Amino acid sequence: MKFNFIKYTAAIVVTSLILVGCSKDDNDTQILVPDFSGTYMQKDQMGRPAVNTVFVSADKKDEFNVTVPSQQSAKFQSMFETNLKALSPAFANTGDKNALGQDAAAFTGLLATDVLNVSLDGKTTFYDGTNVLTGRALADDVITVELLLIFGGEDFTENPTLSDDNVSANDKDFLTSFPYLAAPW
Amino acid sequence: MKKSKILLGTVVIAIIGLITVVAADHIDAPAAKGTTADITDFYAFQGEDTSNLVFVANIQGLLAPTATAAASFDENVLVEFNIDTNNDNVEDLVIQAIPRDGKMYFFGPVAPNSPGLTSSINFASLQSDVEITKYGAEAIVKNANGMKMFAGPRDDPFFMDFARYGEIVGGNAAAFNNPGTDTFKGTNVLSIVVEVPKSRIGGSGTINTWVETKVKQ
Repeated sequence: MKFNFIKYTAAIVVTSLILVGCSKDDNDTQILVPDFSGTYMQKDQMGRPAVNTVFVSADKKDEFNVTVPSQQSAKFQSMFETNLKALSPAFANTGDKNALGQDAAAFTGLLATDVLNVSLDGKTTFYDGTNVLTGRALADDVITVELLLIFGGEDFTENPTLSDDNVSANDKDFLTSFPYLAAPW
Repeated sequence: MKKSKILLGTVVIAIIGLITVVAADHIDAPAAKGTTADITDFYAFQGEDTSNLVFVANIQGLLAPTATAAASFDENVLVEFNIDTNNDNVEDLVIQAIPRDGKMYFFGPVAPNSPGLTSSINFASLQSDVEITKYGAEAIVKNANGMKMFAGPRDDPFFMDFARYGEIVGGNAAAFNNPGTDTFKGTNVLSIVVEVPKSRIGGSGTINTWVETKVKQ
C-alpha cells in the first residue's frame, strides 16, 4: 500500500512535469489524476431514509453522523426506542409490535444501525408488499412505509391518518436507463 | 418562477422554525446543514442490466431552478459509497467520487486504505472520470470498465409532505392531508450516479451500504 502510494505519487509528479509546456490533448485515452492527496474527515452519512431526521434527538444529530455504523446501535438504540415511544405511544404497551413483528426494542435495534440492506440476487425495494428491505429504488414510497411501521400497528390498520402522507410518487417520471433520475426543473 | 421562489422561502422558514428537520436526510444535522457536504438522499437498486447495481448520492437539496445553475460540487468534499459484504457493518469496499476542474473522478470499488471516519483517495483504483453535466444540458454519461458514471443536477427524486409532517410533530396538526403536498416538488439536487457490476461488490447475497461525505483537512 505504502509502496503503491509512493509509486503513484511519483507517476503523478512525472506526468505533471511532462505536461508542462505541452498542449493539452484531451483524447481521453489516458486519464491524468489530479492531486487528490490528503486526509478527508467525515461530515455527513446516511443509510436508510429519514432515520437521523426522525429518531435522533436534536443535540445528538451531529454525533450520529460521525459514529461508524458498527458502533451506532450500542450508542443510540436506547435513544431510538425512547423517541419511537414518544412518537407512537402504542409501542410502550407490552407486546405491541409493528407489521414486521418487531416490538419497540427490535424495531429500533434494526434502525439504529443506519445502513441500507441490499440484495444482489433480485428485486431491490424498500418494501413492495412481498420483499422487505432489499434495497431502495427511486419510486419507493419510503416515507409511507416508515410511517406505517411507526404508526400502523401489527397489520397497518392503526392510525390511518398518520400512517400515510398521501404523496405517493415523484413530481417527474424517472428514466428507465442510466442515470435514472429525471432532468432538473 | 416567482411563485416557486416564494414557496421555497416558506419551506426554508418552516425548516428554521422546526426542531425536526427535513427527511430523507435533507438538512439533518447542524454541522452538515446547508453545507456542500450535506447529503440529502441515498439509493441503491438493481440496474436496467440486472447484473449491475446502481448507487445514487444526492447532496445540496432544495435547489430552486433559478439557483441550480450556480450550484456546484465542492472540490474539497469526497463522496464515499461504503459496501459491507460480510455483515459486520464495517466497509469492505468503497467507491470514491471527487470533483476537479469540471470532472468527477471515480475510484473503486476497492478495499479502503483505512475504514472509518478518515479517508484518503485510493489512487491505484481510478476507474475513470466523467464531465460534470451543466444545468440545462443533456446528461453526460461515461462508460468505462463495465461501470457507468454521471454527476450533475437532477430533479430531487424524493417526495413527501414534509411541511405537514412538521406540523404534526410540532403539535399543530392531528393528521396528514389527503391529497398531501410534495414539499420537494419543483426542486433540484446535485446527483452522483454510479452503476457497477454486482460481481465487483460481492456477487450475491446481501450487502449493507451507506454513503458518506468527507471534507479535506
